[in-house]
Amino acid sequence: MPSVDRPSLSLLAAFGRQFRRHGQALMASLTDVANPLLFFFMVVTLFPLGLGPDPLQLASMAPGILWVVALLASLMVSARMFASDFEDGSLEQMALASHPLSVLALGEVAAHWLATGCLLAVVSPVFAMMLGLPSQGLGVLVLSLLLGTLCLTLIGAVGSALTVSIRRGGLLLSLLIIPLNVPVLIFGTAAVTEAVMGRDPSTWLTLMGALAAGMLALAPLAVGAALRISLDS
Amino acid sequence: MLLLSAADVSIERGERRLLQGVDLSVASGQVWQVLGANGVGKSSLLRALAGLARFGVEGSIARFEPLLYLAHAPAIKGALSPLENLRCHPACDITSSPAQIALALEAVQLGGFEHQPVGSLSAGQQRRVALARLLLTDARLWLLDEPFTALDGAGCDWLEECIRGHVSAGGAVIFTSHQPSRFSELQQDLDLGSYAVS
Repeated sequence: MPSVDRPSLSLLAAFGRQFRRHGQALMASLTDVANPLLFFFMVVTLFPLGLGPDPLQLASMAPGILWVVALLASLMVSARMFASDFEDGSLEQMALASHPLSVLALGEVAAHWLATGCLLAVVSPVFAMMLGLPSQGLGVLVLSLLLGTLCLTLIGAVGSALTVSIRRGGLLLSLLIIPLNVPVLIFGTAAVTEAVMGRDPSTWLTLMGALAAGMLALAPLAVGAALRISLDS
Repeated sequence: MLLLSAADVSIERGERRLLQGVDLSVASGQVWQVLGANGVGKSSLLRALAGLARFGVEGSIARFEPLLYLAHAPAIKGALSPLENLRCHPACDITSSPAQIALALEAVQLGGFEHQPVGSLSAGQQRRVALARLLLTDARLWLLDEPFTALDGAGCDWLEECIRGHVSAGGAVIFTSHQPSRFSELQQDLDLGSYAVS
């Protein structure tokens, strides 16, 4: 019974709807959003206790510490990215929709990144100051984390899509995606270190930008294909 | 008008072959009830007909019209309200206005619950939220997996009415249920027991 009064949905609207749906579900469970931040906070408070209170030593290690913790926080949340959708049948319905699954999944990934990676990057100067990171590194830290968490989230989305149907797929997910996360970690730490030293970090930031752009183009296709495989088993 | 045809379909799940040689062609105006014992492969067949399962499915399945598939897991988010759930439902390819959604929720007797999180509603009410999709779709073929589960008597009657209306308007429905036949004159049975591989 086709009806004239209900227009069909454009691709952009389908993306937006999926973004909104996932975003609302995330907002409703604030613990999921607060968890990575809390984790970040705890680790950053523990490091000075373990390493000793020497501000110079802490400041020199701060870029590495911040980036490793950001990576682990991202890993922690990406394992559950598609889990609830798989359990409540949303993934099946997404796969049946007439719009490409990769676009719908990208809507979810975008909402997920805003609530985790982007939020983490915005809050990161607070944590950086707790570790005594020199102030000239703060801007680059935020920028590198914005680009970096985008890469990490997209890589995590591919891993999560591949392992969503596996019970206790968390370990497998880590094994799959940690090697892929390594370049992001290296570029990110290098950019922040360069900025702290007073040198130009733009090479590293450009590399990360290229990585993010490439991932943004390719990862959704991989996510779509991986989700179909997961649904099929 | 032919909406779906399946020829010589066999379904494997894991290492086990469940069904073999299932033939089915569904035309508009038909209601098919898929019957069979637990575990015989009713849900697997429905998933295969919907096009969700490809590995382990042999034979040819042709779908000629957009379809609506309502699974056991109804793709309803507990954290969202019924209104939001239906507005942002991933499978609806048409946009429904809030007024149309409110009307659909009214029809499934959820008026007044539009803004409550679905998670706080009862199982039967959650089922009704999922079923409200039937009023917001223009898909001709409905594949319903145990649609009568958790519904009360009035809910079952409403669903029966809804299916009858859809069929008389040129649609078709394939559903699984263990309930006795409700659509006596319209209905055709597909008993999977005779296709089961022992």
